[in-house]
Amino acid sequence: MKEKSVLEMRGICKYFPGVRALHKVDFTLCEGEIHALMGENGAGKSTLIKVLTGVYEKDEGEIFLKGLDKPAVIHSPQDAQNLGISTVYQEITLCPNLTVAENMYIGRTKGVGQKWKKMNRDADKILKSLGIPAEATQQLSSCSIAVQQMVAIARAVDMECKVLILDEPTSSLDDNEVEKLFGLMRDLKAKGVGIIFVTHFLDQVYEVCDKITVLRDGQLVGEYEIENLPRVQLVAKMLGKELDDMSEIRDESPVYHGADESEYVIEAEGLQSDAGIKPFNFHIKKGEVNGFAGLLGSGRSECVRAIFGADHVTAGSVKVKGKKVKISKPIDAMKHGIAYLPEDRKVDGIVGDLSVRDNIILAQQVLRGFFRPYSKAEANKIAEEYIKLLDIKTASTDTPIKSLSGGNQQKVILARWLLTHPDYLILDEPTRGIDVGTKVEIQKLVLKLASEGMSVTFISSETDEMLRTCSRLIIMRDRKVVGEISGNELTQNSIMSTIAGGDIK
Amino acid sequence: MQKTNTNKKSVGQMLKNLTRKQIFIPIVALLLLALFNLIMDPSFYQIKFGYNSAGNPVLSGYIITILDNGSELAILAIGMTLVTAATGGQDISVGAAIAIAGSVILRVLCGTEARPAELQAPIIVAFLVACVVSMLFGAFNGILVAQFKIQPMVATLILYTAGRNIAAWINQNQLPIVSDATFGYFGGMIPGIPIPTPVFIAIACIVITALALKFTNLGLYTQSVGINESSSRLNGLNPKFIKFITFVILGLCVAVVGLIKVSRLSTINYSVIAKDIEMDAILAVALGGNALSGGKFNMPASIMGAYTIQFLTTTLYKFKVASEALPAYKAVVVIILVVMSAPIVKERLASLGKKLRAHNAKEVG
Repeated sequence: MKEKSVLEMRGICKYFPGVRALHKVDFTLCEGEIHALMGENGAGKSTLIKVLTGVYEKDEGEIFLKGLDKPAVIHSPQDAQNLGISTVYQEITLCPNLTVAENMYIGRTKGVGQKWKKMNRDADKILKSLGIPAEATQQLSSCSIAVQQMVAIARAVDMECKVLILDEPTSSLDDNEVEKLFGLMRDLKAKGVGIIFVTHFLDQVYEVCDKITVLRDGQLVGEYEIENLPRVQLVAKMLGKELDDMSEIRDESPVYHGADESEYVIEAEGLQSDAGIKPFNFHIKKGEVNGFAGLLGSGRSECVRAIFGADHVTAGSVKVKGKKVKISKPIDAMKHGIAYLPEDRKVDGIVGDLSVRDNIILAQQVLRGFFRPYSKAEANKIAEEYIKLLDIKTASTDTPIKSLSGGNQQKVILARWLLTHPDYLILDEPTRGIDVGTKVEIQKLVLKLASEGMSVTFISSETDEMLRTCSRLIIMRDRKVVGEISGNELTQNSIMSTIAGGDIK
Repeated sequence: MQKTNTNKKSVGQMLKNLTRKQIFIPIVALLLLALFNLIMDPSFYQIKFGYNSAGNPVLSGYIITILDNGSELAILAIGMTLVTAATGGQDISVGAAIAIAGSVILRVLCGTEARPAELQAPIIVAFLVACVVSMLFGAFNGILVAQFKIQPMVATLILYTAGRNIAAWINQNQLPIVSDATFGYFGGMIPGIPIPTPVFIAIACIVITALALKFTNLGLYTQSVGINESSSRLNGLNPKFIKFITFVILGLCVAVVGLIKVSRLSTINYSVIAKDIEMDAILAVALGGNALSGGKFNMPASIMGAYTIQFLTTTLYKFKVASEALPAYKAVVVIILVVMSAPIVKERLASLGKKLRAHNAKEVG
């Protein structure tokens, strides 16, 4: 073992039936280092983390930890924790209805009695030392997601972890919160904790990490110092090929020409829902791609949800192709040719235990009606067609969707809505938590669909992605539409200044 | 050498596929019970052909008894499976609801008299009235669960508590007796046909269910709602209505069972009729390997589970287990079956099988 390293994994192999998830992977983590673990979906990042944390048993290989002269034995998450390996997952795994302090100490109190006062005092001390804006006695659910995330980290830190694993901790945070989290990470780094950081956001990797380890198809591509690996090369390494020049897509994107009312596919006036957005107007014409931009919580999703009837609409009117319609629930919108890919894939998108096939046909099946089910053969044929069309990686049409990787799940949901042949497709964060390759595929698909005459609303937290696909952006701030940018004015700067509340009205 | 290898593989593969099937557990349980009976006393499987006191042909034997007495449970298991799938909870009021359905049938047939000389209304009318009443009570449960989002077990606790009293009240606490012989056909036998009628009723219900699952989206919708309500709504479904309708369907099943139950005796005992049947029905669903927390379901496995429970009950009766001790014996067997079908045990078994196969492959190779 090298002198400064806290963790060394050697020749890790893990096999699943028919799949080689990891093959002879090495990974080294040093003291006081933030180490990014990168790779596309299915590259083996999660499997490696799960082997390290004892969720999976490795088939071959050895794990060395600082201070142990023998290979570490990790059979369960409990073992990993005892050895000083802590994990903070993408989804908060704490109990929202307990207090912050209770969450920090749950499951690690010794004996039967519990000294509540001491516990709260200790918790406050840790929270203060880490600069986390939370009270020990506060109920966890009253904290923002970012603070909850930090409490999870505080819990890990207090367990004297030597290795801290952060698995996509930033995917539900806004920029400000991410900054705070990074601050915390840097503090921990200074204290000598080794941090493994798993993320899809390249910007964040370059902002906070020291080293990068890249995996592809279950194998190690290499370990790099951050300054020696430019972004383009990182992407190329992850994909195993030179990435299609992303800027090339920009040229294909349609230019917004303006439109007169007769061309509107969807037109909304004074629309308002019980989700707390101010009344807004909206229109989209045939073949147009537009988007809602704004910070997290600015009301982007609520706007499209109101159009789709997912939230309870309280005021306003919607016209589809010039005809006034009443949309009070999703099925109404679907019948008028509107499709909605929701923001939260797990909660609102997939039906986890159902097969890929059933997930693909679901929306179209509901449109067809209760008494006209697809036969299994028909459904299989449709599913296979879309699996091929969108290049969905699944063992079969019978595989439960929950066992697919995030990107492939998203493609299945996309297939579900494409199957309904909508006139108007709403994509709410379609590329969140998805690898770069699939992101580009989805962006290309959006532009292709638009060129075939579909109207698409594309919402993303990544502005450059919206710039690449949208010809017009509606800007939101504090649950209100505050501006609209199109054509040549559409630049990163103009969007930022409008979001921030510049002079553009 | 090569050939044996592939043979072994395919057998292993087949076994693996079979063990993965959800229906595997109830079938194994049934086979074990069957084997036990075969060893202990092969005459268990004897079916005798004879004539009853009225001179009608009758088939008798334990197998016939199981098929006969298992009918009610099988019919209830159908409705219970759907409720479980869509709501992730169970209806514990079915026993009480059966008492109500039975009471309604007797009330319509007998009118205000306790022992009418002849029927006051056609049986079909009485049955239809019972269907409507049962479906209304199902709707009551359904509204509590779907609209008011009360936990199914708590919501149905209301009817569980009050149901038998309502049943008694319907007939002013009298025990009407139907003397008309045709009424006995539904729970007994139709002259000339040597097989008990409940068997045919159960088969009819199973066939109707199979057709409904094949030719409608009942299965897809209930499972989808049970797995992810929010996502189902965004796909155009109405989760509340679907949960509601599963309770109404269970209500219909209850009415059918009510008819069989009162027909068997031609009268009713409010506190005993269909006692504890709700627990057996829930057990049938669980035994079928269906998650009681809802979502995906396997209807044949549930029905198979129902007959397995009846098989067990009949076996215990045959070995003259005292009726007070019956539940204890049943509990032991149930524990074994439920543990066997627990996912964690299945996983262990699967990995054990995997090791065995690997071992075999090594030996052969």
